[in-house]
Amino acid sequence: MPIPAQALRHDFLRHDKKFPHVWCPGCGNGIVMGSLLRAIKRLELSKDEVVLTSGIGCSGRMPTYLDFNTLHTTHGRALTFATGIKLVNPSLTVFAIMGDGDATAIGGNHFIHAARRNINLTAIIINNSIYGMTGGQYSPTTPFGSTSTTSVYGHIEQAFSIAELAATAGASFVARSTVYHTDLMDNLIVEAVKKRGFAVVEVISNCHVQYGRRNKLGGAVDMILGFRDNSVSVRKAATMESKELEGKITIGVLADRELPDSTEEYQRIRKLAKEENP
Amino acid sequence: MDDALKQRRLLQGNEAIVYGALAAGCRFFAGYPITPASEIAELLSQLLPAVEGTFIQMEDEIASMGAVIGASLAGTKSMTATSGPGFSLMQENLGFACCTEVPCVIVNVMRGGPSTGLPTNPAQGDVQMARWGTHGDHPIIVLSVSTVLDSFSITVQAFNLSEKYRVPVILLSDEVVAHTRECVILPSSDDIRVVDRIKPSVPPDWYVPYEGDTRGIPAMAAFGDGYRHHVTGLIHDKHGFPTQNSDEIEAFQMRLTQKITRGFPEIQMSKEYLLDDADVAVIAYGSVARSAWRAVQDARKHGIKAGLLQLITLFPFPRGSVAPLLSSCRAVLVPEMNMGQISREVHRVNQTNCQIVKHNRVDGQFITPTEIFKKLIKL
Repeated sequence: MPIPAQALRHDFLRHDKKFPHVWCPGCGNGIVMGSLLRAIKRLELSKDEVVLTSGIGCSGRMPTYLDFNTLHTTHGRALTFATGIKLVNPSLTVFAIMGDGDATAIGGNHFIHAARRNINLTAIIINNSIYGMTGGQYSPTTPFGSTSTTSVYGHIEQAFSIAELAATAGASFVARSTVYHTDLMDNLIVEAVKKRGFAVVEVISNCHVQYGRRNKLGGAVDMILGFRDNSVSVRKAATMESKELEGKITIGVLADRELPDSTEEYQRIRKLAKEENP
Repeated sequence: MDDALKQRRLLQGNEAIVYGALAAGCRFFAGYPITPASEIAELLSQLLPAVEGTFIQMEDEIASMGAVIGASLAGTKSMTATSGPGFSLMQENLGFACCTEVPCVIVNVMRGGPSTGLPTNPAQGDVQMARWGTHGDHPIIVLSVSTVLDSFSITVQAFNLSEKYRVPVILLSDEVVAHTRECVILPSSDDIRVVDRIKPSVPPDWYVPYEGDTRGIPAMAAFGDGYRHHVTGLIHDKHGFPTQNSDEIEAFQMRLTQKITRGFPEIQMSKEYLLDDADVAVIAYGSVARSAWRAVQDARKHGIKAGLLQLITLFPFPRGSVAPLLSSCRAVLVPEMNMGQISREVHRVNQTNCQIVKHNRVDGQFITPTEIFKKLIKL
C-alpha cells in the first residue's frame, strides 16, 4: 500500500528546522529522501534508533532535514563516523548518505574498506555524475567526453561504476536504482537495511543544473525520462552483449551474499578476550 | 583490575598510556599502525574487548579520527594514537571534533619531522601543530608527558578534561618517554578521579544540544538516547542547525573559546621544582624535563640557584606559571627537541627583562642532562 507523502512529512521532517532546503527545483535528492523515508516507515524503525550520517555536497544536507540522530560529517568521511557509531552501539540502524564524489573520490578509500570490512551499515550513494554544489566540476563518475567546468574541452578519464566497485570490494549487498524507479529504490533500501553486513544502494540521479545543462541533456524531467529509457534490469542485462550494454544503466540487485558481519564477529572476540584476561 | 593496578610493574610509556586510558573509562580505540605509537594500539586490541570495549584498525588516520568521533557521539569515551605523519592526516576530523565539541583524546608520540622524517628518533616538533594544525580559530587542549607514571596519570587527566570541556585533548609523548621502561606503581582505581560528560537533565523535547551551561559547555546526549539532534561541522546555532546569521556565528565562536578560557586555572597544569629561591630556571616538557631536572640538581651542587618549571599543559599556554618566573628569575633556559616552539610562547608572555635562552636539538638526538647543565652554568 502506498505511503502518503503527507504522513512522511509529518512523521519524519524536522518541524523546528528552518526550511527551505538547499536543493534546486527538480533535484533527484528529494526523490531519494522520499524513498529512504518510505523504507524506514516500512521497516517500522523508531526514529530514536536511526542514525543518518552524510558527507559534504548536496547529498550531505539530507540529514539536516530529517528527525533522526543526524550527523553531517566531513567530505568523504561519513562511513568512518558511521563505523564508530555502529561498533559501540550495534542496536542502531546506521545509514551513510553520500554523493559520487564524496563516496568514490575523496572517500574512495573509506568506501572500499567499509565494503571489505563488512560492518552492518547501509550506504546510499546518490550518483549524479558531477560535483553539483561546488559548481559542476568533473567527478569520478563523469562519463568520458562530457563537459564540466573543469573539462570544458571534454572529459578524458574513465568513470567508476560505483555498484560494481562495491561488489568487487566485498560488500554483502549491492544494488542500483535510478530516481525514476522509485518503487524499486524503496524495495532495495528495505533489503539493504535488512541485510546483515555492509549494503550499498547506488542511485543514478540527475543534476540538470550542473551536468544536464552543459551536456545538452535537457531539464530534470528529460534526464529522469532518460534514466527510464536507458535502464535494463540485472536479469535482462545478463542476456545482453557488452556492446549492447554500453550507455545502459543496470538496475536491481547486483550482489547478495552471506559473509560474517564484523559487528557480530566482534562479540566473539570479546568473549575470547575475556577468557584470556579474566 | 584493582589488584593489578596496585602491583609494581615494569612498563613503557606507551603501555602506561593504555592503562591510563582504561582507568579513565576509555572503551573505544581506532587507529592506524605507526612507529613509535603502535604499542598503544596493540595492547588496546587485546585489552579493550575484555572490558566490553571496542578496538578497530582503520584504513588510515583520517578514518581513525572519524571512527573515534562517531564512537564518542554514540556515548563512549574514545581515543586514537599516532605519530607525526598520522597526526597530519587527523587534522581534518580533529577540527570537526572541535567544532562539534566531541570529547576525544589523541595521543601523538612525536618522532622527527617534517614529512616521514625520522622514524624513529625523538623530537618535539609537533607542538605548535598540536595547537594550530587544524584550520580556523578553535579551542584545544595540549598536554605533555615526561615519565611512564605521567603517561598513566596525564592520560587520565586528558580524558577528564576532554569530557568536562567537550573538547579534543592532544596528549604529546615522544619516542623517549614512549619506549623507556620504568618500574611504576600505578594508583588504585579508588585514587583515580574520573570525570564523565554531563548528559541532558531535561526531557528530549526541551533539549537544546548546543546551548552552553553557565560555563559555556552544553550537555551531551548520545545517539540512541532518545535525544535526537543534529551534529554538523558547519557553524551552527544552539539547536545544532547551520546558520549564516552573524550574531549566532559570533555567539558560537565566543562560547567555543570562552569555555576553555574560563577553565584556565584547572586546565593549565605545571610542576615546580626548586623555584622558590631560583635565580635561573629551566622551562621544559616531555622527556627533556627529566634531563632538565637532573641538570638543575647538578647546578645546585655547584652553588647555582637553579630551578625547573615542567610544563604539563602546553596549550592553552600556562602564562600564569611562566610569567611569575620571568619576573623572579634573572634568566630562563628553554631546551627543546625542536627549533623553539615553546620558547616562542615564553617570549610571547615575557614582559620583563628576563633573559630567555633557547637550547634546541633537531638532529634526532635526545637532550642530555650534561648539555643542559653546561648551558645553565653559563646563564
